[in-house]
Amino acid sequence: MNGTGKPGKTWKRVLGGLAMLATVASTTARAEETIKVGILHSLSGTMAISETSLKDVALMTIEEINEKGGLLGKKLEPVVVDPASNWPLFAEKARELIQQHKVAVTFGCWTSVSRKSVLPVFEELNGLLFYPVQYEGEESSYNVFYTGAAPNQQAIPAVEYLMSKEGGGARRFVLLGTDYVYPRTTNKILRAFLHTKKIGDADILETYTPFGHADYQTIVSKIKSFAAGKPTAVISTINGDSNVPFYKELANQGLKATDIPVVAFSVGEEELRGIDTKPLVGHLAAWNYFMSIKTPENSAFIAKWKAYVKKHNLPGGDARVTNDPMEATYIGMMMWADAVRQAGTTDVDAVRQAIGYQTVKSPSGFDIRMDEKNHHLWKPVYIGEIQANGQFQVVWKTKGPVRAQAWSPYIPDSAKKIADWTYPWVCGNCTAPKYVN
Amino acid sequence: MSSRMNPVAARLFAAVVCLLSLLPGAEAADLRPLLKQLASDERSAVVEAVEALGNSGDPLALSILEALQGGTLRLTPAGRALIASDTGSPLQELGSGKAAAADPTALVTPLVSNQVRRAIEPAIAQLQLVSPDGATRLKAARELARRAGPEDAALMRAVLARETEPEIRLALESALARLDLTNPDRDLRLQAIRRIQAQGDIQLKSELVRLTAAKEDGAFAEPDAEVRAAAAAAIHAIDRRQTLVGLVANLLYGLSLGSVLLLAALGLAITFGQMGIINMAHGEMLMLGAYTAYAIQNFVRSALPGLFDYYLVPALPAAFLVCALVGIALERSILRFLYGRPLESLLATWGISLVIIQVVRLVFGAQNVTVANPSWLSGGYAAAPGLVLPYSRVAIVLLGAIVVALVWLLLQRTSLGLQIRAVTQNRPMAASMGVRTAWVDTLTFALGSGVAGIGGVALSQLGNVGPELGQSYIVDSFMVVVLGGVGNIGGAIAGAMGLGIVAKYLEPFTDAVLAKIFLLLFIILFIQKRPQGLFALKGRAAEG
Repeated sequence: MNGTGKPGKTWKRVLGGLAMLATVASTTARAEETIKVGILHSLSGTMAISETSLKDVALMTIEEINEKGGLLGKKLEPVVVDPASNWPLFAEKARELIQQHKVAVTFGCWTSVSRKSVLPVFEELNGLLFYPVQYEGEESSYNVFYTGAAPNQQAIPAVEYLMSKEGGGARRFVLLGTDYVYPRTTNKILRAFLHTKKIGDADILETYTPFGHADYQTIVSKIKSFAAGKPTAVISTINGDSNVPFYKELANQGLKATDIPVVAFSVGEEELRGIDTKPLVGHLAAWNYFMSIKTPENSAFIAKWKAYVKKHNLPGGDARVTNDPMEATYIGMMMWADAVRQAGTTDVDAVRQAIGYQTVKSPSGFDIRMDEKNHHLWKPVYIGEIQANGQFQVVWKTKGPVRAQAWSPYIPDSAKKIADWTYPWVCGNCTAPKYVN
Repeated sequence: MSSRMNPVAARLFAAVVCLLSLLPGAEAADLRPLLKQLASDERSAVVEAVEALGNSGDPLALSILEALQGGTLRLTPAGRALIASDTGSPLQELGSGKAAAADPTALVTPLVSNQVRRAIEPAIAQLQLVSPDGATRLKAARELARRAGPEDAALMRAVLARETEPEIRLALESALARLDLTNPDRDLRLQAIRRIQAQGDIQLKSELVRLTAAKEDGAFAEPDAEVRAAAAAAIHAIDRRQTLVGLVANLLYGLSLGSVLLLAALGLAITFGQMGIINMAHGEMLMLGAYTAYAIQNFVRSALPGLFDYYLVPALPAAFLVCALVGIALERSILRFLYGRPLESLLATWGISLVIIQVVRLVFGAQNVTVANPSWLSGGYAAAPGLVLPYSRVAIVLLGAIVVALVWLLLQRTSLGLQIRAVTQNRPMAASMGVRTAWVDTLTFALGSGVAGIGGVALSQLGNVGPELGQSYIVDSFMVVVLGGVGNIGGAIAGAMGLGIVAKYLEPFTDAVLAKIFLLLFIILFIQKRPQGLFALKGRAAEG
């Protein structure tokens, strides 16, 4: 070094040499190619209670695929990001996954508002998203595969069950949800459905609470007074950790399932883990999978999951459970892997063509098929009652998988729309085919 | 008995049956076919068996139904009933309690769904109506008042004839009144309506409405005009009573929300008033208090499981201490240098809150943690039909009152309190009187943070405990302090209770989201008119 203290020529040469070494080293390290898989789930905030398990089961499935040799000779590498229940951050993270990390596919989102936030990103950058959660329908995107239930695979059968003699013969309904697009659209569909069953607006009470709301005293009290007289049922589309104080308030105010059954669409085994379920016995949920289903495939799936939890020392240990969105994530990942093998590449356009018609043997015992036309799964419907141990007892089920109706026939506007990505329609929401023969 | 049996054989058969019924264990034999039916796969068959058991009048049937309701009933293929226990003790024979050996794989657990439960509850009530215990009979009478059908009328009248307890008579009379509404005798119908009006039971209002309704051809369901008029009057009376109950209920809910807000905001009122520091980390003090309750809960559960129900007793002082210590650390290290600089203190405390949240995430995980309610805080007290007061909320109102009383005592009756009030009113004068203002500031901040810690323990009993718990209460705390006036407890109480009650009265009309918006608008407008809040401190230095 010369006397002024500034780095001299020798230093510059040394630094330059080190930089070259570093680049050479990193490129040789990168020669071990992997296929990147994006995982876009909230790991903090109000939705963390539901979404963290989806991240865990995605990592488990990636590990399983890697143990069997990976895909196309390469290992799968998970890229986990945390959008923290912040909807605009979901879009930012989705862009980061596609542009920066160059993921081949993303498994993510829970709330419909998060999905709506990332939709423009996936459509603009031609990415691929697998969405594993039950939702309100009214959507079918070229870039999304929906492995969760559409309203006709969850909400409508649940309401029909509640109206049946076995379900209590409900003639009055309380539509209670969190204030965002999924509950609002689902309740619009359900209201139209109830009108076709001759249940008028006077017998329907619709009310919403914000995300993270914790004070359900007046609402439960209102439900009780609304229910006086006619057999009433509550249809809950509350999402996230608000479910915990809601169920606690039901228990505290003595609202029994034999009087006013509450059917929830976003509450599964995972959300019940943090609640004392003894006062909630008899309340219901509608899903396409329950951990309590007795099939050899489900026992194998649960065993795999428990082994994974133990191996990685996940918080909760033995108390960890499986649920419908976890099963949907698993099915989606297996389907994507099969499609990649069939297409011989991870290129989005090729894989997209190969995913339709894919069939996966699901833990529920059925062969679950991806509908090639509307990008939704054929799913069986189960309705279960909460048990004291936090599991569900199936009280009603369909004989086999049911096709999804992406556009609800109960809303006049959407009844005309068709979602069909095959020739000649090639559109997600049109009333006439794009290509006329 | 077959009609083809000749009379002698029939009498012989009857005699044999009577003899058999004298043998021990023979009662179960009568119920054996019903037990076999309980094991059926068809839910409607199970419901039939449950109803038949209810009508049997057999005390053993009561044990069977109670076990079925509790999920502990197991049936052997031969039709024997066994009780399983969830604590792992061996299977017991029903009725005798003797240990029974049975092949666990052959045991059938009967299907119980809501449909079956709806049949079990009145069946149990029927059997319990003849129990020797008064409390059991009362519960049974109330259950029958809700769900009895005409077939139960004879049983209820028989029990009423020899029942002496007034509460049970009342319940049975209202049950019979409901059935009497369709009695052909007009006077009985009038009597039934008057009884329903006196009871004010909202469940029966729909029956009355049905009486006054008109059928399609214009004729009324109830032919007699006087009876119809009586029914309409009864409906009005019940409605008025329900409105009154609703008003009282909202007041009580408002008080409970207000006490939650009070516990959250009291600490802030003290620190904001004392030092003029806008403490954005105040919510995190609530969160730390809640996590302290969680830690104490875990400790008690593992070290002293028998005392789990009382874990709140050490949790409250522990939370106070933890948060007070964190407050002292914060004040001594950072906030001390920021007095009189509101913008810097706002930014600094905001940054501190983010750091605290992240530290908690690293230590406890990003997800919510479960804080279980002790058994004496679960459930509620049914004060009136349609008004249930959850014990947890009542406890929080009491806790709020106690904390306010203690803080008031501290401020008014101790020398530390005297010094705090002096420094709040006129800092330079207090300093020149020999009060060590820096030390008083530290202790005040510790007090405010400690009170927030206690508020956090209360919050842990009501809702979720996660790292972001404080974020949802910081805005509400500032609203209370701004509304109530800075620096005094009376203002905090008025602000908290006012906001709580107004919010709860708005909610039934406007939904939770709009209610919050209206409250914020109201506070903004109020501040325009009266910037110092409801109860403001007077004096030159206070306004300076």
